[in-house]
Amino acid sequence: MDVLVPLPVAIPLLSAAALTAFGFWCGRRLDDLVAIVATAATLAVSLLLVFRSSDHELVYWFGGWRPRNGFALGISFVVDPGTAAIATLVATLGLAALIFSWRYFDEVGTLFPVLMLVFVGAMCGFALAGDLFNLFVWFELMSVVAYALTGYGVQHAGPLEGAVNFAVTNSVGSFCILFGIGFLYARTGALNLDQIGAALAGRRADGLVIVAFTLLVGGFMTKAGAVPFHFWLSDAYAVAPVPVCILLAGVMSDLGLHAIGRIYWTVFSDTLSAGDIRPVVVGFGLVTAIVGGLMCFLQRDLKRMLAFATISNIGAVLVGIGLLTRSGLAGSIVFLNTNGLLRSAAFVAIGILVRRFKSGDELDLRGQGRRAPIAGVVFAAAGLALALLPPFGPFLANALVVDSADTLGYGWVPPLLALAAVLSAGTILRAAARIFGGLGEAKDPLFSHEPEESQAEPADSRRVSQLLLWIPAAALAVVGLGLAFIPELAGHALRDAGRLLDRSAHAREVLHGVAPPATPTPSYSPSATAYAYGAASTLGALAFAGFGLYRRRLPIVLRRAAARVADRPVAGLKALHSGVVGDYVAWLTAGVALLGGLVAVMVR
Amino acid sequence: MSYLPFVLAAWIFLVGIFGIVRSRHFIHLVVSLSLTQSSTYVLLLSIGYVKHGGAPIFKDVPLGTKAVDPVVQALTLTDIVVSVTVAALLLAVAIEAKKHAKTMNPDELRPVRG
Amino acid sequence: MSRRARLALFGIAACGLAALLLWSITGLPKFGDYHGAYGKILDKAAPRERQTSNVVAAVVFDYRGFDTMGEELILFAAVMGVAMLLREPREEEAPVPEDPVRSDALRACGVSFAGATLVLGLWIVAHGYVTPGGGFQGGVILAAAFLLVWLAGSYRSYRRLTPVPIVELGEGTGAGGYVVIGLCALLIGDAFLQNLLPYGVAGKLSSGGSIPLLNWASGLEVTAAFVLLFNEFLSERAVLIDPTRRPS
Repeated sequence: MDVLVPLPVAIPLLSAAALTAFGFWCGRRLDDLVAIVATAATLAVSLLLVFRSSDHELVYWFGGWRPRNGFALGISFVVDPGTAAIATLVATLGLAALIFSWRYFDEVGTLFPVLMLVFVGAMCGFALAGDLFNLFVWFELMSVVAYALTGYGVQHAGPLEGAVNFAVTNSVGSFCILFGIGFLYARTGALNLDQIGAALAGRRADGLVIVAFTLLVGGFMTKAGAVPFHFWLSDAYAVAPVPVCILLAGVMSDLGLHAIGRIYWTVFSDTLSAGDIRPVVVGFGLVTAIVGGLMCFLQRDLKRMLAFATISNIGAVLVGIGLLTRSGLAGSIVFLNTNGLLRSAAFVAIGILVRRFKSGDELDLRGQGRRAPIAGVVFAAAGLALALLPPFGPFLANALVVDSADTLGYGWVPPLLALAAVLSAGTILRAAARIFGGLGEAKDPLFSHEPEESQAEPADSRRVSQLLLWIPAAALAVVGLGLAFIPELAGHALRDAGRLLDRSAHAREVLHGVAPPATPTPSYSPSATAYAYGAASTLGALAFAGFGLYRRRLPIVLRRAAARVADRPVAGLKALHSGVVGDYVAWLTAGVALLGGLVAVMVR
Repeated sequence: MSYLPFVLAAWIFLVGIFGIVRSRHFIHLVVSLSLTQSSTYVLLLSIGYVKHGGAPIFKDVPLGTKAVDPVVQALTLTDIVVSVTVAALLLAVAIEAKKHAKTMNPDELRPVRG
Repeated sequence: MSRRARLALFGIAACGLAALLLWSITGLPKFGDYHGAYGKILDKAAPRERQTSNVVAAVVFDYRGFDTMGEELILFAAVMGVAMLLREPREEEAPVPEDPVRSDALRACGVSFAGATLVLGLWIVAHGYVTPGGGFQGGVILAAAFLLVWLAGSYRSYRRLTPVPIVELGEGTGAGGYVVIGLCALLIGDAFLQNLLPYGVAGKLSSGGSIPLLNWASGLEVTAAFVLLFNEFLSERAVLIDPTRRPS
């Protein structure tokens, strides 16, 4: 067993505990430094694991409890390049967030770095876990930390509400997951993912399996923020401090989807057929992508805007996973990593603006950004890449998804995905043009007004070197854009996805230690159709940005007609995001019931 | 009788969510959430029950005596810790709501819209 | 959404969810008729392999000990989170409230109860892997002993008894100790959290290998976590309650 496997969890958690124990006696700067060093070490270990697991999965049994006669007695981590890449992403974002927040949270002493370290450790654990209940434990750990970090600045109404909505909605989601775990345990008497899968395999799914699947997927969709489970997300991400947003929007949401992919393929793939599940999950993904994009367009508060862009991206990743093919899954892996980095880079750029100009509002900041050119370049570059501009990561991921959709006869999916990219990335480009270029109009009554006092960024009274602000922004953007130039990235993702797809081979490897024969890395180049979608959505996003800037210069006839069609739905959509936790939980219940009903109808 | 405990768990779960949905007070909200979570204890423990089985503790009884499932008990222990921690966090938020927003009604606290 | 619309949406959704749950319940094994393999295997294996008479403790601290590490960290993180939420907006040190307890008899009773509770808590932690109990259960009782000092004695003596840096030291040591025990096994070439110590004889306090160590680490963590939690909430109470108002 590889000695490195437990370290991405152990290093940050131990550092957090040590900081708490000795924080009172150690110097004021030491806590930040320890946190940064620990996260950097986690990053190095996770990156090593990506390479070490490239030939076959690293299966690690905690406590040395290897399976006995093929029965898992203990808890396992299953490391493949995909999961290790997510752990690397977590550590990278954690490092950027900690550097950005250097001397930012002095009021709360060691508490902030301690919580960030626990957050990093929990998300690494969640990415690597190979046991259903262990997955739940890390899920809860990262949730608890995230609730607390979102509530930073809780004396303002915004963080107060954001933290309550986040905590209550996600807790209900986690109860759904627990019910699902209970049902599966009752049926199979096992908790290891591959063990449960082996016990369920080959038998036709009955009510118990269908409902367990529904509850697990519904719970993880709540964490991911898929429509209609997404309402809490925009409230929480809009109010959390920027360094926290980097981790929340950059990777935590995607982790929920990662779990869905992993659970489907290891547990359910031989009892619920892909053909039955596919339309349901793809449907949820597309609705999420479009609704997120539309709501994104209606925002003027930058953090809330990016929160909805996150939801839109989540929808696209969910479509990739929901296609339930090797190519779709590979696309979602690439999507998740590159989009996470790019969105985080955009969040850091917003953080620079907020610290510099004391505002995170698109209209208020119009033209001011000229004095912060690096933030502008980062923000615009992230927007362009998210608009599926070739040859960057999101384009590559989309190309994989397009291929898969075309072979399945889901040809109507790629245009909708491109539309979602146009909506969300176009809005980011609009904000970039207005803030950093001074383009567009100074007022727009369509955009949601963000009330006063909702920002919880700490007052920035000390002088901090500007380097510490723009290094994380530039680094995240460069890595996010540069990932696409790793040779054979798509091929590696495809091979990786293929290993998860073969359930019985995966189970043999985990439970019996029989490694499947190594497969060569397929080579992949995007099809001409994919380039066409990439070009179309990039141009579309630019045009949509222009529309957002100069909407009111359109001829009056056109505007009247548009108002007649769109006004009521827009008002309705806005009203649904009411900020009231009771509404959100009602929607969550409805979402689970709908998901379960659809799966039941498809399977039976 | 053979399914009653499971139905009870489902009932507590739904009633708890109903409480959350119609809550007008933070403390009520937190209690409703804890109630909802207790449905998972009922579910897990009743899944592991074995008729006429003792506790899975073999101190004064011979090995191999019929006993209930030990794993669900361990899971429930974790579950309880989770419940306590979330309640503590939400109560802390409720204190701040009382102090600063001067309201305990989650419906009235809506600065974020649209 | 109006309240009426919300309740209507929930009503329809809850009917659907109820139907789903009932549907799945019919697929469960009958109550009392459970034959899952995992628990059965552990019931047989744990007392022999691990020399622990309490199989639940063997599951919690050994077979699924890694879950427990996460669980401990959940408590740890929540307490740190509560501290961050409550400390940051609390600008000045809270005024010390008047102590409502006036009766010496009550004080004497309370303090002796606190002592008894402390002993009970230690006993529960110590025997966790032999009989029902363990670090989590005992830790809560231990923390309750400190709370009794406040209830029956005074807030001042409670605070003097639980200085924050010391409690945080306990909290960090408890949580970190668990991870360190895991890493020690790694250092000598075993798997993370693999057993380090001789197993001993089942039913004795010296049995169970590493389990007692992990058990005590979590006992310390839970005690400190709850004391810290009480600390934070009681300081809030001092802020919320008008110190000039006399108890009636």
